[in-house]
Amino acid sequence: MTRARLYSLEELEDIPGTLVFTARRSRQGYHLHKFCMSLMQEDNRTAFRADERAYLDRYKMTEEQKLAVLARDLTRLIELGGNMYFLVKIASTDGWSAQKAVSSMSGMSAEEYGQMMIDGGRSPDGLRSKRDQPKEDRH
Amino acid sequence: MARITAGIGTSHVPAIGAAIDNGRTGDTYWAPVFEGYEFVKGWIKDNTPDVVILVFNDHASALMLDIVPTFAIGFAEEFLPADEGWGRRPVPTVYNHNDLAAHVAEQLVIDEFDITIINEMDVDHGCTVPLSLVFGQPTEWPCKVIPLAVNVTQFPTPSGERCWKLGEAIRNAVKTFPEDLNVQIWGTGGMSHQLQGTRAGLINAEFDNRFLDLLAHEPEELATLTRLDYLREAGSEGIELIMWLIMRAALGYGVEELHRFYRVPASNTAVGHVVYEARS
Repeated sequence: MTRARLYSLEELEDIPGTLVFTARRSRQGYHLHKFCMSLMQEDNRTAFRADERAYLDRYKMTEEQKLAVLARDLTRLIELGGNMYFLVKIASTDGWSAQKAVSSMSGMSAEEYGQMMIDGGRSPDGLRSKRDQPKEDRH
Repeated sequence: MARITAGIGTSHVPAIGAAIDNGRTGDTYWAPVFEGYEFVKGWIKDNTPDVVILVFNDHASALMLDIVPTFAIGFAEEFLPADEGWGRRPVPTVYNHNDLAAHVAEQLVIDEFDITIINEMDVDHGCTVPLSLVFGQPTEWPCKVIPLAVNVTQFPTPSGERCWKLGEAIRNAVKTFPEDLNVQIWGTGGMSHQLQGTRAGLINAEFDNRFLDLLAHEPEELATLTRLDYLREAGSEGIELIMWLIMRAALGYGVEELHRFYRVPASNTAVGHVVYEARS
């Protein structure tokens, strides 16, 4: 017998500023992630640094994904199926800290974000559900 | 007979590993984090187990791309630290206890957990940072380690309830291993954190502390939290906390909390740490 779900799948899309990494998104990001995992080898990092575009062209990524990698646009990469555990390999290759990489999606400067974390982080209040948000902020 | 004598819960933030490897544990930023681990570093000297079953998640280092196992157990004789984009961590190789790993896998399948066997894997910060936090910087890890990887990244992840049952099954499996072994189980990851989007940097100290309050003596309250609850309350990566339930369930009914620590932040993350002694 099929067990009842405890929440609807639509509810996974109800968290503000959050794209839950589902199997569908994982498939969308598969070739992007294949590229990211290739950066776990120094030879590949060297080749990527030498000619980023040529290196990206070795992978069956979409053009949008390639452009977002070149722009280091992590927000866009997550919209295109990316997950941070893969994407952070790009940041590491660039010598960025994970905090700097994450801050680039937060709408704050790296310094502001770092200070927010020292001050206790971002409160979940008002950010648990899109229903909690003022209407104009819903997306 | 083998027995699970103690459990450790700890965050496994990669920046903590970098701070250790780069000799920055005394920095103003890091010192308060490492102070929280002074107790366990002393305690482990008198309580070094023969084997640690180390529950962690692979962060797209060895798994997650081509194959996404829900629960997987390391079967290789040894596991090298992974190169996560900046070279391998300068930490010792992890050596498995293959006989116990084989026994646990066999028993888990009998117990209806169809666990994946991993014959080759590098272990990333999820596995090596807890070892560094507890054992410091030895030339070799002082015990065998069975890495047990849980998918907490790609939905559907297992539920907290399922993790609890896996912990119970691990407990039963270890108890039936004939060799006299002192086994610890470590649950790693968390606490609240989110590494994506405009909610990045989320920390929920109230949720985290409630989790720690209940984990020792009323853990059944936590087993009913849904995955959606973790996402909403603890952030998209805070769901790693379900791995602590595996640890707690494997300890059986009664535990003594020897140590508890909570600190914000380490990089993007709230750091939590507990040491439990099994009482039953």
